[in-house]
Amino acid sequence: MTDVAPEPLFSTAEMADPLLDLLGGFIQELRDAGLPVSLTENLDAMEAVRAIPIGDRTTFKYALGATLVKNHQHWPAFETVFDVYFAIRGPEYSLTDPDADPFGEGDQQDNDSQQGDQGSQQGGGGGEGMSNEELAEMLYQALMRQDQVLQRAVARTAVDRFAGMEPGRPVGGTYYLYRTLRNLDLDGVLERMMEADQAQNEGRSGLDDRLARDEYESRVEKLKAEIEAEIRRRLVADRGVEAMAKTLRKPLPEDLDFMHATRDEMEALRKAIAPLTRKLAIRLARKRRNRNKGGLDFRNTIRKSLSYGGVPADPRFKHPRPSKPEMVIIADISGSVAAFARFTLHLVYAMSNQFSKVRAFVFIDGLDEVTDYFDGSDDITAAVHRVNTEADVVWVDGHSDYGHAFEVFEKNYMKSAINPKTTVMILGDARNNYHAAQSWIIQEMKRNARQVFWLNPEPGSYWDTGDSIVTEYAQYCDGLFEVRNLRQLETFVEAVL
Amino acid sequence: MTDRFTDVAAVHKGLADVDYLADDGLASIVYLADRLEKPVLVEGPAGTGKTQLAKSVAEMIGARLIRLQCYEGLDESKALYEWNYKKQLLRIQSERDADWETIEDDIFSEEFLLTRPLLEAITSDEPVVLLIDEVDRVEIETEALLLEILSDYQVSIPELGTIESKQIPLVFLTSNNTRELSEALKRRALYMYLDYPELEREREIVLTKVPDISENLADQIARIVRSVRDLDLRKAPSVSETIDWARTLVLLGVDHVDAKTATETANILLKYRSDIEKAVKEFAQSEETFAPAEG
Repeated sequence: MTDVAPEPLFSTAEMADPLLDLLGGFIQELRDAGLPVSLTENLDAMEAVRAIPIGDRTTFKYALGATLVKNHQHWPAFETVFDVYFAIRGPEYSLTDPDADPFGEGDQQDNDSQQGDQGSQQGGGGGEGMSNEELAEMLYQALMRQDQVLQRAVARTAVDRFAGMEPGRPVGGTYYLYRTLRNLDLDGVLERMMEADQAQNEGRSGLDDRLARDEYESRVEKLKAEIEAEIRRRLVADRGVEAMAKTLRKPLPEDLDFMHATRDEMEALRKAIAPLTRKLAIRLARKRRNRNKGGLDFRNTIRKSLSYGGVPADPRFKHPRPSKPEMVIIADISGSVAAFARFTLHLVYAMSNQFSKVRAFVFIDGLDEVTDYFDGSDDITAAVHRVNTEADVVWVDGHSDYGHAFEVFEKNYMKSAINPKTTVMILGDARNNYHAAQSWIIQEMKRNARQVFWLNPEPGSYWDTGDSIVTEYAQYCDGLFEVRNLRQLETFVEAVL
Repeated sequence: MTDRFTDVAAVHKGLADVDYLADDGLASIVYLADRLEKPVLVEGPAGTGKTQLAKSVAEMIGARLIRLQCYEGLDESKALYEWNYKKQLLRIQSERDADWETIEDDIFSEEFLLTRPLLEAITSDEPVVLLIDEVDRVEIETEALLLEILSDYQVSIPELGTIESKQIPLVFLTSNNTRELSEALKRRALYMYLDYPELEREREIVLTKVPDISENLADQIARIVRSVRDLDLRKAPSVSETIDWARTLVLLGVDHVDAKTATETANILLKYRSDIEKAVKEFAQSEETFAPAEG
């Protein structure tokens, strides 16, 4: 057979090789993003890809997802990597095109051909010569009519015009996204849609009104996602897959740092905490139930032995008395560590039926008990919110003063809160602003309580630098733990409580 | 063996024919499960149709559904097989004179084996869909029982040898995610997260499942449920609760939900007092904000 002879079109060996290479790179990228992909899963994915029609992007994506991602929380990370790695590529995303003038004067032809490719009827106008007002009108129409094609066209034109993307410019996608959104005034569009909608449906109930608003908001959210994807596609075209994948790598929710999480990340954290507590509570309950039996029940054993002729063949044990610890939480809620305190309080209260009693104190430079906020309501989020807004924790200037806060605790609560059954959790970075440490109070606590633990949301390498005096306190504690993310918090709770 | 489905679209349509509205991801995975002969692990919040998926697939391909409900304390004799001790005893007694070796061979044969769901699923001659429900309820050690059957479709019985499957059943495992399943189990299965449906799909579901409902009402119900799920609740309304709510509204003869009706029937959609309070507050607020514009 000569080289020219046509190979069978669907020979897997021939067809699949470049694809398998691509898949290999994709899996490597998933691993780099922190997803655990095992070798068998890798092989499964390759087999799955062979079993499906390769042209079907949705099926392809779900085939990879089903074989490679075995934890729902990893799905967003997978989606990002997928979008980057298998980005829809084409010349229209190139930034190096000499005609590509962001303000749409020189690119009339170029734009026309793009829009033609998309088969868009309404979007035929592209970006040429269109004023910003016309673009806004088009955006409004696209959202109003839920016209996907037109929305995409608007997203593309908007990115062309407002993002100011230049080849090789070392800024991230968020910067471009911000620039584009700032110019589009989506809030204004939302209001306009609401007004039009209300005019159409005069005199309807407030509930319907609210539902309409939710609907338009979700449409705007979708448009934002479309714009973000558009920017990402261009960046991939400009910088290549490998480089982009690296910059887009997002930590998984359980690895997000409490102290440096952005607002969106906070939201992800908040969502992750509910399933986590449920899991932890079940595991703790199980552990307690299956714990070793109690000591030998001598009386019962002898009694049983009578049926074996006095031979203690069947030893009986006392019923174990499961000890539910009493918890006392003392949390620093000053700005730098507030998020951490919030999550820990949330976690502990969500599983409060695992403890016989929970008392919570918060402080900045003064200290206040917040147990009542939680006891009264079964809505933990609301209670945590009240802690942040209502607790009386400022004494002088609202800068952390651990020494004074501990003094208040010692004076008012030490006797009532701490007893030999108590486990004390102190949350904070121990950045004391050079005030007096008063570490003797911790020593006192340790003497009276069952256990005292200190959880520090700062990375270990920062401890005892600057005004941090964590070791000064920790020397009297049973343990000092670095708890920077949910994963560490989970490990701590399971190992210690 | 022959493939059960020709392509993804066929799965989609087949499921729709038995009143199960799948999204693209779901259909793709059911299709793949058949092609790759792998079990499917379905996770997700309660009441999103995980168990129903297995039932509907069974109905679609006309297979028998064998269900193993998991619980704490499930063991080999309940999940796999058990020797029929009584019958074995009778057998021994009835042949007192026979020599020991024949009897021993004899009483450990398939005749004296009681099949439990897992063994039943692979020894069955007819097509079978095996549903292992709420697998997260068994202890992590017990999961190991499932591994052999999930990866090789066989069961090893020490006294008897290995029993291999006569046909490859479609296997669905469901989990409410109360604990992390073991790596070994996850590795063997295709993973699928079944979340609350999108607006359009939920509307379709309501339309299919609730007879005599108007399109308008179904649409409004789906929208309200979406907005309610967006609130920060202890337990968001599940699909089955949406359907219950829709049925109630139809029974009450409502053709348009207003804040008052929603408030009165919120207890069907939501099960926690604090959740209901929150939703009711939200309903009331939407009424207030609109009031001035009306006048």
